Amino acid sequence: MIFGIKDVIAVLPEITVAGAASCLLLVDFLIPRERKSAVGVLAIIFVIFAAIFSIFLMGTDVMGTTVFAGMFAVDGFSTFFKYVVYAAAVLSIMLSFHYVKEEGINAGEYYILMLFSLSGMMVMASAKDLLTVYVGLELMSLPVYVLVGFMQGDVRSNEGAMKYVILGAFSSAILLYGISLIYGLTGSTGLHAVAAVLSSGSVNQGALNVAVIMMVAGFAFKIAGVPFHMWAPDAYEGAPTPITAFMSVGPKAAAFAVILRVFMEGLGPAYGKWQIMLAAVAVASLAYGNLTAIAQRNIKRMLAYSSIGHAGYALLGLVAGTSEGVSSVMYYMAVYALMNLGVFAVIIMMRKGGQRGTEIDEYAGLAKSHKGLALVMLIFLFALAGVPPTAGFVAKFYVFMALIHKGMVGLALFAVLMSAVAAYFYIRIVMLMYMREPVKEFELAHSRGIYYVLAIATAGTVILGVYPGFLIELAQKASLFP
Amino acid sequence: MIPVAWPIALGAILFMIGVAGVLLRKNIIVMLMSIELMLNSVNLNLVAFSYHLGDLRGQIFAIFTITVAAAEVSVALGILIALVRNRRVFNADKMDTMRG
Repeated sequence: MIFGIKDVIAVLPEITVAGAASCLLLVDFLIPRERKSAVGVLAIIFVIFAAIFSIFLMGTDVMGTTVFAGMFAVDGFSTFFKYVVYAAAVLSIMLSFHYVKEEGINAGEYYILMLFSLSGMMVMASAKDLLTVYVGLELMSLPVYVLVGFMQGDVRSNEGAMKYVILGAFSSAILLYGISLIYGLTGSTGLHAVAAVLSSGSVNQGALNVAVIMMVAGFAFKIAGVPFHMWAPDAYEGAPTPITAFMSVGPKAAAFAVILRVFMEGLGPAYGKWQIMLAAVAVASLAYGNLTAIAQRNIKRMLAYSSIGHAGYALLGLVAGTSEGVSSVMYYMAVYALMNLGVFAVIIMMRKGGQRGTEIDEYAGLAKSHKGLALVMLIFLFALAGVPPTAGFVAKFYVFMALIHKGMVGLALFAVLMSAVAAYFYIRIVMLMYMREPVKEFELAHSRGIYYVLAIATAGTVILGVYPGFLIELAQKASLFP
Repeated sequence: MIPVAWPIALGAILFMIGVAGVLLRKNIIVMLMSIELMLNSVNLNLVAFSYHLGDLRGQIFAIFTITVAAAEVSVALGILIALVRNRRVFNADKMDTMRG
């Protein structure tokens, strides 16, 4: 099979990011150690170029087609998720400039690995074939394993990375076994061909059950859904904080893009089989994530459990299995990216000198001396808890509506109940900030990058909460129609 | 001509051994070996199906899997070296710096 210029044009954004990462590896040698943030600035510029190419592609006739023999889709759905991961990468790089100096991990590879991971996420968003799904998934995961362990002198960083890489590889192997069974059953790895064979109903149902279980387990690992969440708290706590922010947003959004496409398009005819399994994972994640978060003293660990809970909410949109459910997941991922990056921006700002800023108690009395920062943190925490008029409320509401329209009122009620539990541990931090007296003077890291991220995340969280219409409309237009 | 069920059964057995190894053994190196076993059982599946179906896709997939598995294991060993430099543990149960 010969590929033409059309195929190359369709992957220009991916080529830009992967090519930039490769070139920056060379440029990195020319930049002295104390000025490594220049690599980060270049990385941001290249991601913006890729975003421009993505806009450009929307106007061409490549849009809405598949290239590379049906393996790679260029459509509204992939473009939507690409924008979420662009935002995650750019904002996380901006958060890193100060932090890497503070921790003494000032190396160019840090930013380059983020770019490689980003290119993997972009491939995942466009993957239309199980082979592309797998390669994209690994291209995304491998750099993140390294980034989690980037603080080489810190045992917690090493341990978090070790657990993450072992469980990540384990989950990939489980996923691959499911993929190999699907291939054996249907004779193809292309999602459309798989769906066509499955809907003809001539496949061995027992083997299909095993394959679906394996794929649900493999994907649930990637989004940290219970009971496949064991790596998340340790990896989140051990990783450098900007990487925690990055991996809680980027890989999660990309993994949801793949899950939506694989289950809705490829395994769509087997909806009855995977719906109940995903519902079980979602319910377990909601209950375990939100209840365990209450007991945490470390804020990064608490946010790890909170992200397990949020994965549960987003999965519910997929459980609904309708076009509305899919667009609710897309909206949820975009909003979650903004509000979570915002919270992490505040945590990174608290990391200065001897002040680690990772214990929840350290936030006591923040509002007394730093009113603005405490207010911003309050907005993000309210958004995560789902309090109106923030975007977090609209995102949850939209998922619940999708469930209710499908007639799954019990699930929706359970999710509402769990968001009441979640409100407790988010608002406890607000209480600490506003009601307690500060123990000591706060030292804050002042960096332009962090201010930009705070401004963008606050504006996004508030504006998308008050005027959610246009993003919801975008998500609906880009939604998959099974 | 070997029926396709035989290599698939062998693949399933190897996969089970791999899963048991990851879940039951404590030594990181043994866990990595078990993961390799799981990946190779997948390769066996893919190649067997590919032969059975007369379709090349499975064999191509297997080559991708082998390549990625090599990259994955090198990353894992690199991280293990960094860990062992700070703390001489090979036992997964002793990695308990973080709790909660």
